[in-house]
Amino acid sequence: MMTSQHLILRVVSKILIPLILLFALYVQFHGESGPGGGFQAGVIFAAAFILYALVFGPENTRRVAPEWALSTLMATGILLYLGTGAASFLFGANFLEYGVLGADFVAGQLLGIFLVELGVGITVAAVMITIYLAFAERQG
Amino acid sequence: MVVAFAIIRRRSLIATAMLSSFFSLLMAGTFVLLDAVDVAFAEAAVGAGITTVLMLSALALTSSVEVQPLKSNWLALVLTIATAGVLFYGVSDLPAFGDAAAPAQRHVAPRYLEMAEFETGIPNVVTSVLASYRGFDTFGELTVVLTAGIGVMLLMTPGVRRRRNQKETDEDAT
Repeated sequence: MMTSQHLILRVVSKILIPLILLFALYVQFHGESGPGGGFQAGVIFAAAFILYALVFGPENTRRVAPEWALSTLMATGILLYLGTGAASFLFGANFLEYGVLGADFVAGQLLGIFLVELGVGITVAAVMITIYLAFAERQG
Repeated sequence: MVVAFAIIRRRSLIATAMLSSFFSLLMAGTFVLLDAVDVAFAEAAVGAGITTVLMLSALALTSSVEVQPLKSNWLALVLTIATAGVLFYGVSDLPAFGDAAAPAQRHVAPRYLEMAEFETGIPNVVTSVLASYRGFDTFGELTVVLTAGIGVMLLMTPGVRRRRNQKETDEDAT
């Protein structure tokens, strides 16, 4: 459909999409020291996919992000969160009490927050892409 | 304010979607001015970005012109004005902006600001509050996002519908 035309859009978005993905990863992994975190990173990551779907059409996006992969990732993210929370049970602490996960309290907190934010990012990104593709495919 | 009135006046829903995107961008700027960079980030990405795209793709499925109501609804106007009046009355009771003695500044916030970096080793207090001190809340939020995704998948994804229809016809056949 749109793939045959809009040369400028295609070229510019091809340049932009890797940068957006990189920026999303930066927001994800730098969220502890700068602004941002899992939610924002997930949304930015999804924005790159949505831009791709807008320019190249949802059919091509499905080849990168098939439905089974997205629904698996949606569940994986929240299970990562849940698993991090439940892992503290093994060390005798309460749910989501990460202090016990590492060598000392602060290291445990760092690890716990990192995993939890990663879980948030994965789920948010997968859900946003799923929602957009669900709308876009209805049109086609 | 001007943008909000423009949103109300527009009949074309595409223009409304673009204006609410612009409104979100303005709000993101406001949050930056208030030093709430994390919130501004989320507002700019979700409010101005993704929501607009979703609105527009939803409009592509439906009509893009707002239907003119047949008769004006006075009860709705009275209710809206009454609610606004109650809310403004409530606002007049709030502590002044930046008041150091306000309950919001006295409760747990000082402890977070003083201790978060030592307790979690993370310089960004917002992250440590979201992921550690308020881990349960964030988990709930994530569940909401997941539920939204599952809901949209069930309603909109052609594959799911086809499979369900097939199942129904199978059941009809048996």
